[in-house]
Amino acid sequence: MSETPQTLTPRLELLGITKAYPGVVANNNVSLKVMPGEIHALLGENGAGKSTLVKFIYGVQKADSGSMLWEGEEVRLANPNAARKLGVGMVFQHFSLFDAMTVEENISLGISPELTKGNLSVRIREISAQYGLPLDPDRYVHTLSVGERQRIEVVRCLLQDPTLLIMDEPTSVLTPQEVEELFKTLRRLSEEGVSILYISHRLEEIKTLCHTATIMRMGEVVAECTPENETARSMAEMMMGENLVSPERTDRQTDGSVRLEVKDLDAASTHQHGTDLRSVNLQVRAGEVLGVAGIAGNGQRELMEVLTGEVLVDRAESITIDGTPVGQLGPVQRRGIGVGVGLVPEERLGHGAVPDMSLWENGFLSAATRMELINNGFIQVGASSAFAEEVVEQFRVKTPGVTHPANSLSGGNLQKFIVGRELVQKPGVIVVLQPTWGVDAGSTASIRQALIDMATEGAAVLAISQDLEELFEISNRIAVICEGRMSDAQPAENVTVEEIGLLMAGVGPDGEKAHAD
Amino acid sequence: MSIDWLVPAILTIVTAATPLVFAAVGETVVEKAGVLNLGVEGMMIMGAIAAFATAVSTGSEVLAILAGAAAGLLLSLIFGVLCVYLQSNQVATGLALTIFGLGLSALIGHSYVGATFDGLAKLDIPGVSDIPTIGPLIFGHDVLVYLSVISVALVAWFLNSTRAGLLVRAVGENHDAAHSIGYSVMLVRMGAILFGGAMAGIGGAYLSVAYTPLWVENMTAGRGWIALALVVFASWKPWRAFFGAYLFGGITIIQLYAQGMGVEVSAQFLSMLPYLATILVLVVISRDSAKARLNAPACLGKNFHVSG
Repeated sequence: MSETPQTLTPRLELLGITKAYPGVVANNNVSLKVMPGEIHALLGENGAGKSTLVKFIYGVQKADSGSMLWEGEEVRLANPNAARKLGVGMVFQHFSLFDAMTVEENISLGISPELTKGNLSVRIREISAQYGLPLDPDRYVHTLSVGERQRIEVVRCLLQDPTLLIMDEPTSVLTPQEVEELFKTLRRLSEEGVSILYISHRLEEIKTLCHTATIMRMGEVVAECTPENETARSMAEMMMGENLVSPERTDRQTDGSVRLEVKDLDAASTHQHGTDLRSVNLQVRAGEVLGVAGIAGNGQRELMEVLTGEVLVDRAESITIDGTPVGQLGPVQRRGIGVGVGLVPEERLGHGAVPDMSLWENGFLSAATRMELINNGFIQVGASSAFAEEVVEQFRVKTPGVTHPANSLSGGNLQKFIVGRELVQKPGVIVVLQPTWGVDAGSTASIRQALIDMATEGAAVLAISQDLEELFEISNRIAVICEGRMSDAQPAENVTVEEIGLLMAGVGPDGEKAHAD
Repeated sequence: MSIDWLVPAILTIVTAATPLVFAAVGETVVEKAGVLNLGVEGMMIMGAIAAFATAVSTGSEVLAILAGAAAGLLLSLIFGVLCVYLQSNQVATGLALTIFGLGLSALIGHSYVGATFDGLAKLDIPGVSDIPTIGPLIFGHDVLVYLSVISVALVAWFLNSTRAGLLVRAVGENHDAAHSIGYSVMLVRMGAILFGGAMAGIGGAYLSVAYTPLWVENMTAGRGWIALALVVFASWKPWRAFFGAYLFGGITIIQLYAQGMGVEVSAQFLSMLPYLATILVLVVISRDSAKARLNAPACLGKNFHVSG
C-alpha cells in the first residue's frame, strides 16, 4: 500500500449519479469515494436513496445519468455478474436466499460458475473457519437463525475474494453477540485491504466501526464526516436536517390496575425449531411500558403469537385483558375487546401487512371494528382512506398516497405505518414486537415517544425487543425471556444493562446457569 | 390364475402409464421453475393430432414423434410469451391454452377421422425378446416407453444434481432473490415451459401413434389434468410422479379387466377407482406437510417482473 494516501486511487468513485422513479428522485447528483481498506458508512433516513445507490453499484439497477469509476477507470455494469467480476460483493438487507435449499446450494447459486468447480463444501468450511463464521454447508436455510442466514451471504461474498463489500443494514436483525462477531470479521477484512460500504441506522455501531461516513437526505449527499469525531445525535441530526428530540420517559412506577395478565402459561411452539413457552407469568399495568428483552429465538415469536391470538392457548384464563379471559379468542375478537388491543407483529410484509394491498386497505384490516370503518357489511372507503391518511401524516410515512400498495414502501416507512395504524386507534393495551426494526433514527424516536405517550395516557404497553437501548429508553419495568421462560420484571432504574445481558444469556444473578434443572 | 393373463395386462398398463409419465415429468420441470401451466391437456391433444397426421401422411415414426413434440412446444411458446413476457395470468392463460388446443386439434383432425396407422413398432431383439414372461415384459415395448423412463431419470438427475437444475429450482423458489443475484428469471422460465410443452406433446403423440393408433376427437380424455394432479400429489418429485402414473395406469387397466370378468360392483365405481386410488396413495406418501411445503416451489403461479 502507498505511503501517501492522497495519491491513492479510490477503489470506487461515483460521480453525479442521478436516478428518478415516477414521482420521486431517488438519487440526485450523488458522488461518493471509497478508498481501499476503508469502512465507509452510508447514512440516511428511510427513503433517502441509499438502497437505490447500492443497487446501482451492484449492477441490479441502472442510473439515469452519472458515472462509476473502479480503480480509476470508468465502468458500466450490465448486471450483478459484471459487478462480481470486478470484485463487488453484496449482503442484502432482505436476504437473497432460497429457504428450501441447503447452504451449499445457496452459496453455489450466488458465485460465478467457475468457483463451484471442485469441492465447494470444503471451501465453505475453510472460509467460515478462517473468518469465524461457523456454517454447516448441508443444513437447509429454513432451519437457520437470521444470524446464520446472514453468514451465508457473507461467506458467499468472501468466496469470490471481493475488494468491495456492500452491507445493507446487516445488524438490524442480529443479537449483540452476533454483531460483535460480524464486526471482528469486517475489521479483519478491512485490514486485508477490502473496502466496505456499510449501511446502517445504528449510529453507535457506525461510530465504533466506520472510518468515514457519507450522509444522504432526500436523494442527495448532504454531508461527509468522520464518525469517530461525531456523536450519534449529531449524525442523526445531519440525516434528518433538524434537531432530534429524544423520547422522554417518566420513571414513576404506576399503581394502575392490571390491564394485561399472563398466568402460568405453557404453550408448545408451532414452528419447527421453535421454543416452547414454559410457565410464563407477566402483568402489565395501565400507565406503564413493560419491556421484554431476550436474544432472538428464545420464545419471543411464540409469546407474540399467543398474545395476538394467532395461536390459541388451552386455558382461556391464562391470558386476561382487564380481567376478561381471552386465551381462546382470535386476533379480531381480541382487538375489539373492551379497552381495545393494538398488535404489532414482527414481519412487516406478509404478517404485519398484506404486501399487495393498498395502505388504506391494510389500515382497514386492523381498524375496521374499532374505527367503525364498516357499515352493514360495506367498507366505508372514505373513512378508511381518511384513517390511513391520518396515520401517514401523524407518523410521517413517506408515500405518494394511501392508494399505493404496502410493498411499495421502504421497510422503515412501512414499519412506521404498521405501528401508527395501531396507535392511532388509541387501544388500552398495546403489544409490540421489535417496534423500530430497520427504522431510521428520527422515526425511531417518534415511535418510541408515541409508545411512552400511550402509556402516560393510561394504556398498558408490552414491548418485546432485542434492542436493549430501546427497552431502557421506553420501559418502566423490564423482564427477560430466555429459553421460553420469563424472569420477574424489575423497575428499569434498578437494573443495569449488564444484569439484563446476563439474564438474556441464561445466567442467573449468582453466576449460575439458570434453568439448569 | 395363469400367468398368460398377467403379461398382456402389464403390457397394457405400461402403455396406459407412458403418456402420463411424459406429461407429468415435463410439467414437474415447469412447476419447479415457478410456472403453473394448466394447458397440459391442450398441448397433449395437439401433440396427438400432429403426430397422427404426420404418421399417416409420411409413415415415419420418428417424424411423427418429432411432430408431436414440436406441436406441444409451439403451443407452450404461446403460453410462455403471454405469461412470462406479457405478464398474463398463468391460470387463465393455461385454461385458454387447453380449450384452444382441444378446438384446434378437432378442426385439424377432421379429415383424419377413420385414417389408420400400424402403430409404433415394439422392440424386437431376436432371442432376448422371446424369453417367456421376462422377454416381453422388459424387452418388448416400443421405443417411447424406454424413452419415458430415461426422461424421468434424466429430469431427476438434472433437477437434483446439476447447476442448471439448481437454477431452475432457485427461480421457482424465490424469483426476486434469483434476480438480485443476477440470473434471468424469464429466460429460465421460458426454457422450462418449452421443455414441458415438448414433453406433453410427446405424451399426446404416444396416445395417437402407440396406445390407440387412430384419431378420435378429444382422445386425451382428461389425461392432461391427471398429469397435472400427479405432479402436485407427487410433491414435485419426478420418480414419485412416475410411480403415480403407473399406479393410475395400473388401476385403470385392472378395473377394465375386473369389469370384463363381471365383478359385482357397478362399472361407475370401478371407473372411479384409478382416480381415487392414485390421489389417496400419493397423499399418503406425501403426508408430511412440512416436507411437502419444502418441495412446493414457493413462487408457483406468481408472475415475475423487474421492479424499478
